[in-house]
Amino acid sequence: MSEDVQAHIKTYMKVGGALAVLTALTVIVSYIDFWGVPFAVFVALVIAATKGSLVVSFFMHLIEEKKMILATLVLTVFFFIVLIFLPLLGHADRHGEYYTLPNANAPTAAPAAGH
Amino acid sequence: MDIPYIVEERADTGLNNVKLGIWLFLASEVMLFGALFSSYVLLRLMAVEWPFGVDVLNVPLGTFNTAVLIGSSVTMVMAYASLKMDDFGRFRMWLAATIGLSLLFMVVKGFEYNHEFDIGNFPWTSTYLAIYFTMTGLHALHIIGGVVVNTYLLFPGSKMWTTNKAQFTNRVEAAGLYWHFVDLVWIFLFPVLYLL
Repeated sequence: MSEDVQAHIKTYMKVGGALAVLTALTVIVSYIDFWGVPFAVFVALVIAATKGSLVVSFFMHLIEEKKMILATLVLTVFFFIVLIFLPLLGHADRHGEYYTLPNANAPTAAPAAGH
Repeated sequence: MDIPYIVEERADTGLNNVKLGIWLFLASEVMLFGALFSSYVLLRLMAVEWPFGVDVLNVPLGTFNTAVLIGSSVTMVMAYASLKMDDFGRFRMWLAATIGLSLLFMVVKGFEYNHEFDIGNFPWTSTYLAIYFTMTGLHALHIIGGVVVNTYLLFPGSKMWTTNKAQFTNRVEAAGLYWHFVDLVWIFLFPVLYLL
């Protein structure tokens, strides 16, 4: 049991290190001008998803979890994707026409300190 | 009457009810934050202009807080591993470190909020700031909830270690799963609100 936990601890430390490196990478790539905002969003979300997978798989032990929990999460992920794509359907309905909400474009007062 | 299956596994699910219960709760939390992320997508797509988070928020502070929260996830999982190794002293040390890092996150967040208010950036100033304060505010409430639970487990709740080790370890595992979820939410909030 103890040796098993020791092996887990080594994994936790490696995952913690990988998360720190990926956080730095997220910030660095955000300052690089790739091919516009959509690509930047894609890169940022891929890195965030990689970090999220590490947390869920190793810190939350999902890779060694029972089928019942995996089944629950598959259902959750399905409904989450539906939830995220709902606004896109609404956007497609109004293609080419802006539908702004009141106060949507009000400028912010001043830039943050350090900028 | 004793509550059944808080330590032993049920034959039908293969899990104890603590584990299944916390995962079902986290599934509901995914939908709660999912609704807000969905709202963010809607608001951003429908806006003619949207500020870059980099131009409004303090990215170095946000990066620092991300590192703090990742660190707290490591200390939380180490607290659980310490109990598995029957080392109660180390468990207390790691859990205290988790609480300390959580409070540090809240202090930094407080400085960020204070600075925004000082320069006249309030939730009603723009849609971007409205969704920023809503999402980070709800996340901060989750941090406070985690601090309360972990503090209970560190002090009065830890008496259970002497009477029922298995049940106490299960409680710490459930609190840990919740804490890692809070970290997971921030992993997505940080790039979405600060960097894009």
